[in-house]
Amino acid sequence: MYDVEITRPLTLEAALRLLEEAPDGQVLAGGQTLIPTLKQRLAAPELLVSLGRIEDLRGVSHQPGMLVIGAATTHATVARDAAEAYPALAALAGGIGDPAVRNRGTIGGSLANNDPAACYPAAVLASGATIVTSAREIAAEEFFDGLFTTALDEGEIITAVRVPVPRAAAYLKFAQPASRFALAGVFVAVFDAGVRVAVTGAGDDGVFRWEEAEAALDRRFDPEALAPLALDEDAIMGDIHAGPAYRAHLVKLLTRRAVDELLRNAAPGALRG
Amino acid sequence: MTTISMQVNGKAVSGNVEGRTLLVGFLRDHLGLTGTHVGCDTSQCGACVVHVDGLAVKACTMFAAEAEGAEVTTIEGMAEPGAPLGPIQQAFQDHHGLQCGFCTPGMVMSAAALLREVPRPSEAQVRDYLEGNLCRCTGYHNIVRAILAAAETRGPQGEAQA
Ligand SMILES: Cc1cc2nc3c(=O)[nH]c(=O)nc-3n(C[C@H](O)[C@H](O)[C@H](O)COP(=O)(O)OP(=O)(O)OC[C@H]3O[C@@H](n4cnc5c(N)ncnc54)[C@H](O)[C@@H]3O)c2cc1C
Ligand code: FES
Ligand code: FES
Repeated sequence: MYDVEITRPLTLEAALRLLEEAPDGQVLAGGQTLIPTLKQRLAAPELLVSLGRIEDLRGVSHQPGMLVIGAATTHATVARDAAEAYPALAALAGGIGDPAVRNRGTIGGSLANNDPAACYPAAVLASGATIVTSAREIAAEEFFDGLFTTALDEGEIITAVRVPVPRAAAYLKFAQPASRFALAGVFVAVFDAGVRVAVTGAGDDGVFRWEEAEAALDRRFDPEALAPLALDEDAIMGDIHAGPAYRAHLVKLLTRRAVDELLRNAAPGALRG
Repeated sequence: MTTISMQVNGKAVSGNVEGRTLLVGFLRDHLGLTGTHVGCDTSQCGACVVHVDGLAVKACTMFAAEAEGAEVTTIEGMAEPGAPLGPIQQAFQDHHGLQCGFCTPGMVMSAAALLREVPRPSEAQVRDYLEGNLCRCTGYHNIVRAILAAAETRGPQGEAQA
């Protein structure tokens, strides 16, 4: 790793100022993606501005119909503190990597990184969440902008994520056995306004909503409603672990299973409008 | 270079480190605590697991500067030198939970973190918790057995000295 200076400001304002003064500066959250990247010398920032001491960026707060999660909240904290209010989101957080990764990695870091195989982007997109930054509020639809790319500007810091809580939801991930990232992952959320299906791990352009599946499930919430659908394999990614046809198959299968799981486990009435 | 201070295994320590110094480097190279191992460059093997303020973390994936003011426990803190092994360590020996021993410090630290959270874990919970700890020798069965046995000997509260 190239040498780098680390600073640990106590406030968001101080962090923003430090980033403004150091054009080559970068935010450090849990470091669970950034440190491996630096070890490989794939990045060489001069200054890392740690969010670790900024209290305001941490914690899960409960509001009517909504969770507000501080950007520097770890996966382990979300797994614990969202368990009652939004069990599918808590389960997703509790399934990221391993316990040590979950004790450091944060939701803000995961969203800013926008790894095409990451878990949180699926939850955030399926929930219709809002990403709150130091400058503005960005709807999930506008936030993810292709592989490892987001709508964030230079020096802009995610401060929180506002996540509407659906009536019922499920996340199913087919883990890549070595990395535990999603070879394919599907988040199905049932809201009063309709069903939302977000897919990670599979899109050629990163996380996406599978709108045909949403429409089919709005008409009839049943795994069989998905039977006639097929994803466009040209828009599905392939790598040494799995080709596009296999991933497309996985996405459909995981969506069916998520619907099946919801039909079996959701509270009575939660799935009917 | 910056000066950092923290508690390691109950002792106040400090040192001069570069920004890029990882916690594992501080422990091994500055403090001579070489029980914490480095088995990979990709944050995947768990040989480096230590506790920071009571939580299991990969010491290879945290900057030393981020541990400023923290309480760190390493494998060296699991038993006094010359004293009998801690119950988890003893269980690893009794149940052949190691062969080459390279992964063992991380395994023991992960096990201690698990037993603090869940004093009586099921086998499935043990296996799930060890997701980020790789072992190239044992095939894991005896590691799992050792941790289940340690949970028994630690008594129902499980809060005893790991
Ligand atoms: C072994 C292993 C397994 C993993 N498995 C999974 C998995 O199964 N699923 C999954 O989704 N992820 C997985 N991850 C990734 C993990 O979730 C990371 O925690 C996450 O991707 C990055 O979060 P971080 O807080 O560690 O961010 P960092 O690594 O500190 O930062 C990542 C990037 O985001 C930027 N950034 C961080 N916070 C902010 C902010 N608030 N505002 C603006 N920019 C910011 C940083 O500058 C950097 O570019 C795994 C990681 C490891 C090491
Ligand atoms: S050395 Fe492999 S995870 Fe830390
Ligand atoms: S005992 Fe050799 S790696 Fe686990």
